[in-house]
Amino acid sequence: MNSPIRRLTVLLAALFASLLVAVTVVQFVQAPSMRAMAANKRTLLDNFSRERGAIYVAGAPVAESVPVDDQFEWQRKYPQGELYSHVTGFYSYSVGNPLGLEHAADDLLSGRSDTLFVQRVTDLITGHRTTGATLDLTLDAKAQQAADRGLGPSRGAVVALDPKTGAILAMVSHPQYDPNALSSHNIAAADAAWKALSTDPEKPYVNRAIAGNLYPPGSIFKVITAAAAIEDGLMTDENSTLPGPAKLDLPLTDQSLPTEDGQACGPGGTTTLIHALEISCNTAFGWLGLKLGGEKLRAQAAKFGFGDSLTIPMRVTPSSVPAELNPPQTAQSAIGQYEVRTTPLQMAMVAGGIANQGRVMVPYLIDRVRSADLDLIKGTPTPQQLSQATSPATAEIVKKMMVAVVDNGSGARAQIGGVAVGGKTGTAEHDPKKPPHAWFIAFAPADDPQVAVAVVVEDGGVTGSEVGGGRIAAPIAKNVIEAVLAK
Amino acid sequence: MATGVAAATAGLDLGGVMTTTVESISPRSRRGVELLLLIIAIGIVLLAWVTVDLNRNGTVPANIVPVAGGLVILAVAVHLVLRWRAPYADPLLLPITIVLNGLGLVMIHRIDLAGGRLGTDGNAYRQVIWTALAAALAIGVIVVLRDHRLLRRYTYISMAAGIALLLLPLLPGIGQTINGARIWIHLGPLSFQPGELAKIALAIFFAGYLVQTRDVLSLAGRKVLGFTFPRGRDLGPILLAWVLAVLILVFQKDLGTALLFFGLFVAMLYVATERVSWIAIGLVLFAAAVAFALTAFAHFQTRVTLWLDPFSPASLERSDQLAKGLWGMAAGGLTGTGLGAGRPWLTPFADSDFIFASLGEELGLFGTIAILLLYLLFVERGIRTALGVRDGFGKLLALGLSFSVAFQVFIVIGGVSRVIPLTGLTTPFMSLGGSALVANWMIMALLLRISDQARRPLEELPVVGASPPATGPMAGEETQVVKLP
Repeated sequence: MNSPIRRLTVLLAALFASLLVAVTVVQFVQAPSMRAMAANKRTLLDNFSRERGAIYVAGAPVAESVPVDDQFEWQRKYPQGELYSHVTGFYSYSVGNPLGLEHAADDLLSGRSDTLFVQRVTDLITGHRTTGATLDLTLDAKAQQAADRGLGPSRGAVVALDPKTGAILAMVSHPQYDPNALSSHNIAAADAAWKALSTDPEKPYVNRAIAGNLYPPGSIFKVITAAAAIEDGLMTDENSTLPGPAKLDLPLTDQSLPTEDGQACGPGGTTTLIHALEISCNTAFGWLGLKLGGEKLRAQAAKFGFGDSLTIPMRVTPSSVPAELNPPQTAQSAIGQYEVRTTPLQMAMVAGGIANQGRVMVPYLIDRVRSADLDLIKGTPTPQQLSQATSPATAEIVKKMMVAVVDNGSGARAQIGGVAVGGKTGTAEHDPKKPPHAWFIAFAPADDPQVAVAVVVEDGGVTGSEVGGGRIAAPIAKNVIEAVLAK
Repeated sequence: MATGVAAATAGLDLGGVMTTTVESISPRSRRGVELLLLIIAIGIVLLAWVTVDLNRNGTVPANIVPVAGGLVILAVAVHLVLRWRAPYADPLLLPITIVLNGLGLVMIHRIDLAGGRLGTDGNAYRQVIWTALAAALAIGVIVVLRDHRLLRRYTYISMAAGIALLLLPLLPGIGQTINGARIWIHLGPLSFQPGELAKIALAIFFAGYLVQTRDVLSLAGRKVLGFTFPRGRDLGPILLAWVLAVLILVFQKDLGTALLFFGLFVAMLYVATERVSWIAIGLVLFAAAVAFALTAFAHFQTRVTLWLDPFSPASLERSDQLAKGLWGMAAGGLTGTGLGAGRPWLTPFADSDFIFASLGEELGLFGTIAILLLYLLFVERGIRTALGVRDGFGKLLALGLSFSVAFQVFIVIGGVSRVIPLTGLTTPFMSLGGSALVANWMIMALLLRISDQARRPLEELPVVGASPPATGPMAGEETQVVKLP
């Protein structure tokens, strides 16, 4: 009977071999793909209980992992509560990390980034648990607070950046939320917080500064129209004259575009470019739009960054000017209406580009990356130019006009003693039943720009008037500029 | 498959014949080796246990001294009984059993900790008692059963007991359906899987029956396509076994148990008769039964669907235990999370059906390979015993017992690691559950008993006329190979 026993042994050996192959496939070959499966709760728990890197603003943590005595071992805390909610995002057990830097910089914060490879190898050898990198942000705590206070209970957003580098100095979106509630280890409470947040009709989870449904820019778009007209040669300088009638007849339709007060923008229905911007003359800029045509408007907007997919590292929704505009649509678009849509960050980049000799810089939020024990991994990035939106000469002319807007025009409330501030008000109509959005973009000081700001206050304007932008939004921009310059 | 195996092993056959007498007789008892290995085995188990508690609570278990002492007493007791009653028994079987049983206990304790079951409330506590009981029964087997050939007397009693045990869960009142399969019985506070004990009874029966009838089954028949096929009337036994397997399949919905018993019978039939045609017939019959079960019962279709794609949303909706077990093993990777540092409790049945996945998560691929190699070594020692023992009954019994352990390991671990569809068998020596533990310790005891004779030098073998008595069916059995009618 021994020879059949031996043959049977070969069969059993084959069965064991198949088991050895199978466990190798499961635990080695397929293990990475199985760990990456969305439904895999272990991966979720692994991530949730990981010691993630901290996020610092001006040396103080705005997000950090602190050790706790429960099954997750590490608790994500946001010491500043709501103030940085749109910057940091949150880390929830059930929802994960869908927003903010927690999402966009997850590789660095979790320690999985290739940048951290050397450190991971060191950790493996020394037996340390891999921890995430610490991020130092470009934000200015005082500017952030000023923006937050300025918006107050209103919905809206504020973005401030350094025109010369693109470093983002303030980014606030209202309403905010408390990321601590969502990151709670009391899973039921965290889930309830997420349910409340995700079903809130005001959508507090949307970072209105860079995303959301986008805003019509209204009159602040006139800065781009002006730049396009000068670049095109249609206007030679700020004192070039152009029609500014009480009503601009729109071709192809029986409609007309009125000025906001129904009066002509200058004697005899003509005005100068600088005066048209100061009083935000709709008919003058509508006329410029008709003269330039939709494509030139689009091209100028694109040079400022419209249509670009930016990551700061959060994804910025591209702003847009529609293609193939007919003349009435072109005239509406030239004053920032019709279907022109933009983000506050984009409009801060426009203000920054004008201030910075026509150079638009790539915006960024992460200044330095450090290891968990605070060794420098990546220093401050070299500022990168996104585009030369206008010639330096054109930028100089538009800058002069924007300073005049603050000095003599609709942006007077942004005046700061001893500092030349340039700005532009905007009132963007978006819903006939609601007040328009109030906008203000600004930069300062004009001769050595340190900060460019965009402010939008939802439903903060007065229909048919520039008063909203000047009265509601401009003071917020002023506060932020002062906070930055006070350093 | 049968022809493939035959062809593949044709070359080995010659070598086997040549080396049979050389390797199967070991002149030395190797009890010292066993003692050394036992010390290592106990060391591994205690280290694993301390690791769990250090990782979970940061402390060495408070009852380390009494438990370690108990484990040493248990192992040394079996060891001393072997020195006394079976000095030539295989030296590896007991240490391997201690490691596997011990690691199983450690994992059960680890799952207890995760579930907040402490002290005497823990499953581990009950399993420790079962382990002691199983060891005591194993000692009893070794002491009482002086010669394995005595079991041949109970061939037909074993058959009746085996079939009764197999069908017991079908009785209304005490039978219980757990996890879709009706393989448990419930008596008062105790619940156990009688199939585990049936395994031993049927192995004894098959060995006793086949050693008697093997000549008829192997000699008579006609040749078709190069295979000698048995006569129609000799098909009776295999058909009976098949009917039993089908009954289990249909009424207990347990593919694993059916496959185990039918596979055991066919394997022993093949070894007894040396005819590949039995394997062919067995495969055809079983394939037919499985095909029938697949078309007739949604339960089996579900198992196959889950096996083919455990991660699809539809599969996860239906049953995510296989996926969770695989995720656990994947989480372990090469080196594992470390004992006590993973999350094996996320998998259902983490301390029973999926204990292998739990160990895979915390010990990694290196750990699972080590465990599989321990099982392989256990089976190899059993088969070596079958090769070495001189009587046909002993050969068949040792082979049958080893095969049942090997095949059960394949069915359950193959199910967990997605080689075959998942079925509900216990992982030998490791799974939570007293009946399986007792049965496997008794299998080990029987293999020790048979190996003692297989490895004993010829001059020390019981002489005819001495104990056991030279009367009865076993007289001169060791020289009897072919009994012509």
